[in-house]
Amino acid sequence: MSEADPVLPGWFTTGAEPHLIGSRCSACGTYYFPKLESFCRNPACESTQFETVELSRTGKLWSFTDACYTPPEPYIAADPFIPYAIAAVELDREKMIVLGQVVEGVGVDALRAGLPMELVVETIPDAVDPKGKLVWKWKPMEDAR
Amino acid sequence: MSEDVVIIGAGMHPWGKWGRNFVGYGVAAAQEALRDAGIDWRDVQFVSGAATMRCGYPGYVAGATFAQALGWQGAEVQTSYAACASGSQALTAARSRILSGQADVALVIGADTTPKGFLAPAKGERPDDPDWVRFRVGITNPTYFALYARRRMEIYGDTQDDFARVKIKNAQHGLTNERARYRKAFTMEDVAASPMVANPLRLMDVCATSDGGAALIIASAAYARKIGKMNAPKIAAISTVTPTFASAIIEMPDLATDSAVAMEAHSFRAALPAKAYAEAGMGPEDVSVAEVYDLSTALELDWIEDLGLCARGEAAGLTRDGATRVGGRMPINPSGGLACFGEAVPAQAIAQVCELTWQLRGDAGERQVEGAKVGITANQGLFGHGSSVILKR
Repeated sequence: MSEADPVLPGWFTTGAEPHLIGSRCSACGTYYFPKLESFCRNPACESTQFETVELSRTGKLWSFTDACYTPPEPYIAADPFIPYAIAAVELDREKMIVLGQVVEGVGVDALRAGLPMELVVETIPDAVDPKGKLVWKWKPMEDAR
Repeated sequence: MSEDVVIIGAGMHPWGKWGRNFVGYGVAAAQEALRDAGIDWRDVQFVSGAATMRCGYPGYVAGATFAQALGWQGAEVQTSYAACASGSQALTAARSRILSGQADVALVIGADTTPKGFLAPAKGERPDDPDWVRFRVGITNPTYFALYARRRMEIYGDTQDDFARVKIKNAQHGLTNERARYRKAFTMEDVAASPMVANPLRLMDVCATSDGGAALIIASAAYARKIGKMNAPKIAAISTVTPTFASAIIEMPDLATDSAVAMEAHSFRAALPAKAYAEAGMGPEDVSVAEVYDLSTALELDWIEDLGLCARGEAAGLTRDGATRVGGRMPINPSGGLACFGEAVPAQAIAQVCELTWQLRGDAGERQVEGAKVGITANQGLFGHGSSVILKR
């Protein structure tokens, strides 16, 4: 069976060591996720030149929560709904915080601020495709647990 | 600045889930504000409406919609939309008219009818819209409030009981507020028994969405004197500043913060009152009462610190000690806050100013903060909108 498609094409790479795809201002070095390629948002920078970059795939947990109720559309939920944890992860090199679901089977009880986290991909349900769609998720790093 | 702009009338339609057209709530609020001011609707020269995005075209042109409903009388009109800060931007527009001498008296008005359940994004497949994207990957509004709440637990050691105390305090405040939607006292056990929404926040930690309407009549000090309103509360400051790049905190609806590689990180919530204090020539030590946007119980604690009313990490202790109750040394949300009202987006920032108006006039009944001289509001909405308003006696 072929792999599911990304829920947002061009937002992340897949495979064993996936990365979020962002951009970096060629003038001031500011990172963007999602990718920005128009005008740099640093008010001190007038650049319109950006490189596409893979963001750091590891970071430290800034905060976390979970979703106990089914989100509204366009989220497509499993039926019955399976609650999932959500992580806000600080990327050291990019000096930014990125949100994402936490991998299946890891609840808030297993999380604490500062925990090293890594990016993986998992599927979430889709309205049309029975294979679901791939999405980026955060996973506590093995050696830290 | 030239002469003061003052608030001569305040009115609200009770908050609830009434399911009627929003225009009716606005008209009822306006009529109460006009009666409070003691002026005729036809005396109003400028109508400043806060828009609603959920009620079709009449909501997009709310200023004109309310003016028509009250009876066309030739007043000039404007409509503002700025998410939760819509009401403050409408207030700013009206104040500017008066300060520039283009009007003497204005109506500021907002009302909403809200759907049930989670607020959801506009329809259609729109991967360029961050609000659509975050829902697609399962990030709802309570996610953000819960991330802030958990952060407090992780760095300050706040507990879920600390958050519950905010709910219990606000519920106690709202008990006697006839305009509040929820007028019921709760215990710690009640909060703990309510279902988890987004850990650590339970249903009773998170505010609902409501129908409601609020209105203010504001005027030049000269106009107020002419009609005998000598002690009308003054607008000392309105702040509607945008964030400063790099914004440090993950904000709804974004999936990532700004990157602070090239510029240092800034707190948006703290910037809002900072500008208001500077404009008013005051500081946190001057504040007698605050109405803050308690979208969640834990967020009230963040606001107390962002307003400078205590040091970082101390708001839970302040609440535990009873300081934030009416009768305490720094009463927060004497109206009952969003905990008792639920959020009616375009009306909410105006409602905050209504409450401060009554508090500063000594008209707040059983929830009166004794001797209130200076009040401050704070709120924040999507896409870098927020506001802080300071009133003084």
